[in-house]
Amino acid sequence: MIIDAKGLHYRELNEQVRAAVAEGETDLTLLNVNGQRYIADAIDTPVSIIIEGVPGNDLGVFMNGPSLVVHANGQDHIANTMNDGKIIVHGDAGDVLGYGMRGGKVFVKGDVGYRVGIHMKEYKDKVPVMVIGGKARDFFGEYMAGGTLILLGLDTGGNGQDEIAGNYFGTGMHGGVIYVRGRLDDYQLGKEVKQLELDDEDRAVIRAYVTEFATDFGMDTEEILKGDFVKIKAVSHRPYGNLYAY
Amino acid sequence: MKGRIHRRNISGCGLAGMMSEDGRLMSGEGIIRSMEVLHDRSNGLGGGFAGYGIYPDRQDHYALHIMYDDIKAKEMTDVLIDEWFEVDAEEVIPTRKVPGVGKAPLLWRYFVKPSADFNECGVCEEDYVIDAVMLVNSTVEGAFIFSSGKNMGAFKAVGFPEDVGKFYRLDEYEGYTWIGHGRFPTNTPGWWGGAHPFTILDWAIVHNGEISSYGINKRYLEMFGYKCTMLTDTEVVAYSFDLLLRRHNLPIELACKALAASFWTDIDRMKAQGKKVADVYEALRMVYGGGLLNGPFAIILGHANGMVGLSDRVKLRPLVAARKDDMLYIASEESAIREVASGLDKVWNPKAGEPVIGELRIPVSNTDAVRELEETVA
Repeated sequence: MIIDAKGLHYRELNEQVRAAVAEGETDLTLLNVNGQRYIADAIDTPVSIIIEGVPGNDLGVFMNGPSLVVHANGQDHIANTMNDGKIIVHGDAGDVLGYGMRGGKVFVKGDVGYRVGIHMKEYKDKVPVMVIGGKARDFFGEYMAGGTLILLGLDTGGNGQDEIAGNYFGTGMHGGVIYVRGRLDDYQLGKEVKQLELDDEDRAVIRAYVTEFATDFGMDTEEILKGDFVKIKAVSHRPYGNLYAY
Repeated sequence: MKGRIHRRNISGCGLAGMMSEDGRLMSGEGIIRSMEVLHDRSNGLGGGFAGYGIYPDRQDHYALHIMYDDIKAKEMTDVLIDEWFEVDAEEVIPTRKVPGVGKAPLLWRYFVKPSADFNECGVCEEDYVIDAVMLVNSTVEGAFIFSSGKNMGAFKAVGFPEDVGKFYRLDEYEGYTWIGHGRFPTNTPGWWGGAHPFTILDWAIVHNGEISSYGINKRYLEMFGYKCTMLTDTEVVAYSFDLLLRRHNLPIELACKALAASFWTDIDRMKAQGKKVADVYEALRMVYGGGLLNGPFAIILGHANGMVGLSDRVKLRPLVAARKDDMLYIASEESAIREVASGLDKVWNPKAGEPVIGELRIPVSNTDAVRELEETVA
């Protein structure tokens, strides 16, 4: 089913998407999207939605199952508190990507902005995964409590950034794991994290997600895996455990 | 009215700016459409625009846009204006009725030049104009000069930006730079004078965020004769740029580095790496400590010769930029740019604290000289 989003307010567009899903529609294409917020918010059916144009903020917020493919750049707050499903962005994405994300996958081909993966968390089998093809700005994995972030640093984005990531990397991080295809300077790291060498288990995790990522974007898995990866984890699980205990 | 003010609204201000570096004139219709995409970032308590190149027939005059609460405020202001300026023309700012814009103050504009004897004051022309603006805004009750530049004008009101743009008939103006703002007031009242942009001379600022260093900045600027009268934080940014760019003649990059200063830890690291520029950044922090803007912000500065986008140092507010041919676009969201431009050459997310700079290829201040030169050659 095709919905033309041209000139529609986000409420109208999302009502049409919801109505279509309620009627059993499983494949939707949204044309001429430009800035409409909250697309696919809280939908808990595993439908497929293709988005042509730039979706507005909070794409896939509270989403629980759908697959979204964006053939453009995304804006801010994609996958906010997302619970399950998958979001594929063929361009760049903005700030605060995956805020409080608790499950599902987000793959971005290009660059991402500030505070990506902030407050991501996991519980038992609910482990959110984000793979970024390009480069990231400051505060990557800020206050991260769980989940897996993979930052590839490929030249696939539009920001023209030299370094793979900015500063304050993993600041306040106390759970989950970040893999970076490259090495960070110590000054870039938050006080709570360390760079570590990979073990075989890490390599298997990276291979699995990079293979899926490369397949989605038509890229060469082996070429990406040639790079040297490091693992970044929290030194302590409870960095602020003594903050209010004198 | 009460229900409208208290309605819960998830928002943040919205910004957009567009400029032709070739100086091509564009109708204000584009910036209105761009701002309309950002509708949900504001809550109807303020919208505004600034356009550059809009008064070509009177480009040598300062265009004073003034809002009056009543006719008495106008009469009192007129006395001061006649005292300070030669008035070439005075008229009501044309508006049209728009459902989304409520009761308006009296809106007037004056095209003026400083009185012939202004030199006796011992200040330059621009400072003289600023003194006059500050005098009116701080002493005449119910009168606000909200625009005072040459060949440019600010237009603002309580309402959503697209309604405000239609109210002021911006589709009937043509400018080479346009900036726009939709307001979601947080700490200060939503009144006509409090809508953005905030201006002084040809500097116009639209801002998303809050300047938590307002108190320090205000006191710092008062030492240079600026009076903060608009009941909101953003006006300090306009005066800061006037101070740094016009009076202290800093390059735009350094002025931005003074306002969004490098962190001491970064300066120390650059020093350790032997980078000479660290000394400049350190000097800026020491000299302009009172000018440093703290708190979350994304701003667009419009001025006669260009447009600048800047965010705070840790990127607490959004800012996207794009280029196509001679056009530079800056906005809170990419969709606001895509609405008015297809086939962009480049779209990017500017780094926190690093300015995006658009400049006229032929600066306005040189145009008279260039014209003379061309005439001589001909």
